[in-house]
Amino acid sequence: MASVLVFTEFADGKFKKGALELLSAARKSGLKVQALALGSGAKALPFGAEGVDEVFVADNAQFDKYNPELFSATVSALLAAQKPSVVLASSSALARDMFPRVAAHMGVGVASDCTTLEISSDGNVTARRPMYAGKCTAEVSFENSPTKIVLMRANQLPVVAATGAKTPSVTDVAAPATDLHTIIKDVVKGTSGKLDLTEANIIVAGGRGMKDAASFKLLEDLADVLGATVGASRAVVDAGWVPHTMQVGQTGKTVAPTLYIAAGVSGAIQHLAGMSGSKVIVAINKDANAPIFQKATYGIVGDVFEILPKLTEEFKKLVHH
Amino acid sequence: MKVFVCIKQVPDTETKIKLKPDQSGVDFTGVKWVMNPYDEFAVEEAIKLREGGKATGVVVFSVGPKARVVESLRTALAMGADDAVVIDAPEDLDSSVVAKALAGAIKAEGEFRYILTGKLAIDDNASAVSQMIAEYLNIPQATVVSKLEIGDTSATAEREVEGGTREILELKGPAVIAANKGLNMPRYASLPGIMKAKKKVIKELTLDAVGASAADVRVKYKGFQMPAEKPAVKMLGGDAAAQAHELATLLRNEAKVI
Repeated sequence: MASVLVFTEFADGKFKKGALELLSAARKSGLKVQALALGSGAKALPFGAEGVDEVFVADNAQFDKYNPELFSATVSALLAAQKPSVVLASSSALARDMFPRVAAHMGVGVASDCTTLEISSDGNVTARRPMYAGKCTAEVSFENSPTKIVLMRANQLPVVAATGAKTPSVTDVAAPATDLHTIIKDVVKGTSGKLDLTEANIIVAGGRGMKDAASFKLLEDLADVLGATVGASRAVVDAGWVPHTMQVGQTGKTVAPTLYIAAGVSGAIQHLAGMSGSKVIVAINKDANAPIFQKATYGIVGDVFEILPKLTEEFKKLVHH
Repeated sequence: MKVFVCIKQVPDTETKIKLKPDQSGVDFTGVKWVMNPYDEFAVEEAIKLREGGKATGVVVFSVGPKARVVESLRTALAMGADDAVVIDAPEDLDSSVVAKALAGAIKAEGEFRYILTGKLAIDDNASAVSQMIAEYLNIPQATVVSKLEIGDTSATAEREVEGGTREILELKGPAVIAANKGLNMPRYASLPGIMKAKKKVIKELTLDAVGASAADVRVKYKGFQMPAEKPAVKMLGGDAAAQAHELATLLRNEAKVI
């Protein structure tokens, strides 16, 4: 029987939101739902409540830190044995690093960053993904690929509650005996505690109009009220005001949040490519002719230094009521 | 030992994308082709390794239509790479065939210490070729690398993941390293470098010669579409206080996003 295998990432004993999105899509297909989770605590995850039929876990500390060689060898071996029709994973840093290697091992196709997904009852996949950082989109066509690996971008699929719990079979997965050439020396946690730009529901981004690095405090204040993540244009990254991890655009991150607030961002073609998939776009710029207004839902011509603090106050009132 | 670099030629980031009338792909008429921006970091890092005595030479590889791809290889030579290899191939190969071709050409070229690449190509944004080369050659990988230190027998690579978190990997023996922005500042080609690069002979290979076939693609793209046109922007008037108030109200009551 055709199956959909979901690579479920988790933290603190819970599925990540992306995993819940994928599990919802897997159930919707009507096919057998398999799930794979790697790392300590994997076994205790609520697979049954999520309607999973078969669970594969490596519930041990060996998998608590991502080692590309170890993970790809383990996942390749499992997939080669299970031969699911479809593999779903979030387009996370881990999955983007691992699954191309798994796909090459299996001789099958992989598509990253997909934004739409339909799975047919015979295990075929229709998916679209942005190209040129979102300047256009294309449909993915898998060729001679008995297993189709689809990496979905966050916030693209609805989370639907499962109807009726299941009692899945649970199989332990062991790492194959491979001679590893990779040692994970350290994992240094980011200090922001904020969602990554690629996962954020709301992004507040600053451009050259913010004048200097210190002014990004205004964006952080606004972001704190909204639970948003702060982004930036290439110009301010190149100026050294903020790190490259904050860059949105064709040579930074492609994002599609529900709300994107661009402050002092003029809207170079590379930046627009990276953010125009956002649902609602707010542009605040002193230049009424800035290209960003062509992509915006709401526009304010004005001084960011005057407007941002007032906006923060307005949002505070809303959020607290 | 040598360091190998794999590069891709892509449309310049300034390019306005136009689709072919039948939506089967992008119309490349009039497009300015450049080296993929992330690959510039890979070329720079390789040249620095040679200059620092950690590599004996830098060989650059690229897969694609020979007539245009050699231009980006000459850019790498002008920056300071020693030799270049082009694998002539049609436009629309997928990551797996490109990686197989590169792995085949690399094996034919001989011993290497590291293979450097860019973390992603800005055209299809797949970020797959680097890891696939590593798999085909059965060597470790580190992608999205913003810091690299090369020791005598191993390398330490720092890779950036979500939320500013960094993973620090030690790689023993040969490895694929995919560069992120921040690894270095790519140099500009010097005029003597450009003159020298013009005279260099670029080695030409076919897909067949490196054990790859265009018939083996696993992913194709079709039904290209431009993003949906946005409705006209709603401009908010009044002073800053009025604008801020109206925006907050619209986001809550009209757009319903906060």
